[in-house]
Amino acid sequence: MLAYVLRRLWQMLPTMGGVVLLVFILFNWIGGDPAYLLAGKMADTAAIENIRRQLGTDQPYYVQLWIFVKQILTFDFGNAWSTGEPVSHIIASRLGPSLTVLVPLTLLETFFGIALALAIAFVRGSLTDRALMVACTVGMSISILVYISVFQYVFAYRLGLFPVQGWGDGLGQNLLRYALLPIIIGLAVSIAPTLRLYRSFVLDEAGQDYVRTARAKGLSERRVLWVHVLRNAAIPIITHVMASLPALLIGAFLLERFFGIPGIGREVILAVERSDFPVIKAITVYVAAATMVFNLLADLLYRAVDPRVQFK
Amino acid sequence: MIASHDSAGLWTLAWRRLRADRIAMAALAVVGACLLLVLLSGLGLVADDWEREVALNYAPPTFVGADPGARALAQAQLPRATPPNAFDPLAAELAELKAQLAATDPPLEKRTTLPFGADKWGHDIVKKTIKGGQTSIVVGLVAALLAVTLGTLFGAVSGFYGGWVDDLFNWFYSVFTAIPAILMILAVAAVLQQKGVATIVLILGLTGWTGPFRLMRAEYIKHGAREYVMAADAIGASNLRRMFGHILPNVAHVALVQMSILTVGFIKAEVILSFLGFGVPVGTVSWGSMLNEAQNELILGKWWQMAAAAGAMATLVTAFSLFADALRDALDPKIK
Repeated sequence: MLAYVLRRLWQMLPTMGGVVLLVFILFNWIGGDPAYLLAGKMADTAAIENIRRQLGTDQPYYVQLWIFVKQILTFDFGNAWSTGEPVSHIIASRLGPSLTVLVPLTLLETFFGIALALAIAFVRGSLTDRALMVACTVGMSISILVYISVFQYVFAYRLGLFPVQGWGDGLGQNLLRYALLPIIIGLAVSIAPTLRLYRSFVLDEAGQDYVRTARAKGLSERRVLWVHVLRNAAIPIITHVMASLPALLIGAFLLERFFGIPGIGREVILAVERSDFPVIKAITVYVAAATMVFNLLADLLYRAVDPRVQFK
Repeated sequence: MIASHDSAGLWTLAWRRLRADRIAMAALAVVGACLLLVLLSGLGLVADDWEREVALNYAPPTFVGADPGARALAQAQLPRATPPNAFDPLAAELAELKAQLAATDPPLEKRTTLPFGADKWGHDIVKKTIKGGQTSIVVGLVAALLAVTLGTLFGAVSGFYGGWVDDLFNWFYSVFTAIPAILMILAVAAVLQQKGVATIVLILGLTGWTGPFRLMRAEYIKHGAREYVMAADAIGASNLRRMFGHILPNVAHVALVQMSILTVGFIKAEVILSFLGFGVPVGTVSWGSMLNEAQNELILGKWWQMAAAAGAMATLVTAFSLFADALRDALDPKIK
């Protein structure tokens, strides 16, 4: 087990190195010289030289790359170019609001996705099933922008059930007051693709021999689905949930932007708007690392769900 | 000649299966109609004059009816004669300009309603939606073509040669998939800085090749060991010829299905990018920029621009997804 984890971490190194290299090439090479941008409109040569020296962009590329690697390892990316706030503080303070929305959203989405997928599996092939799948396809075709705009307009602006925008200080207040509508919208947007995917996972299992055996033993359909099928369909579901978690951190940027939630996603959008490279670089590298770690966690979870899985 | 009596080819069979699927044919008809509109609009035959301010600001759709008092407003917006100013140094030039303008573009009374309403500047929403659709669909198609071409090329080389070439491309693949797609797109958008249709196509195409790559690599590994490829090798066909002359026609259906799936995804991505202001430049209309404007209009109760852009997009994307699903089933009947 420990040997497996260590080997997997070791295997991540080349990929992580590639991510660092890719981000470095994008921002330090293609991105061009940031000194002109930072020096402002009335810049003289001395000021530009000074900024270059501070950022290290007057050094050769291999020195710059080493600076970048040191920044990643020490979690110290310096200050954001636009606001002067330390990048590490930006990430640390924006993570909380993002998670306040994402953790309940992921839990609810997974729960409803599994429950509905199993319920549909009872009536597979029927008109209800087909109608629901068409409804899912239509629901997926409507842009997330429309969902957010319309829900925000109707439920917050018109009916006044929720605050239109905003964020507070306390976790309880945020969760119950400000994060509620974003979570509902996130659920409405994600339930259609999730349901379609989980339904295919469940139906893949429903045709297996062990299901026939379970039915032949006289087990109720309910027990067959909820116990036997679910346990086996859990592996692709875990993969899906774990793989989508880090992406969701960024993927919720539209919700965060519309509702003024000071999360990671909104920070990325702001950084892109202001060409604030240190912030984007830091978030990209750490999200990539999180993606890889979550993939490893997913593999470890398989073992807990399915004892037949062997770590090789 | 004997072969034609023998059995139908992959594409003929797929077309037959597709023909039998009524939903697929309906979806194909919708997609075809949209593409035809895009073509006509691209040639300048339809919606070329969308930028003419033909109606009042926010003129409602005809089926809703004009606002009371809108008629008076229409009169008020007509250009009125200003009293002559003897001290105006530009009077002569202005008079000349006005005469020119009157000759080429006579002032028209602004309409109080339009078939589907008007936007802030009085543009016809129907024409604007068609023009916006042109941008969004062309971006989606070209970006998908770029992504699939890159993915096929990389996948072919990687799967066909194997060894260290395969390792290299797999490393490349794992690096690109470690970064979530949307973050990758935003990072590239931040670096490239310049807005434009070509930029969005590049961003989406360069970040979207991983899906096709994985599938095409698997196909090339599978086909590389088949007898027909070995036979081609035996008669001295070069590597390139075997990869693209012999194997590619046999795996092209995978690329085609990938392309239709990616097009849907890229149309959605373009809409979001343009909405955020990282997409099309000012002056170009796309469904994303329309939704951006419509978001503020909705608060004023002017729902038609959002309804038009969202409805057009939902119709096309639904039809395209249904068609992509049917195409996958028709071309690969084993997978259901």
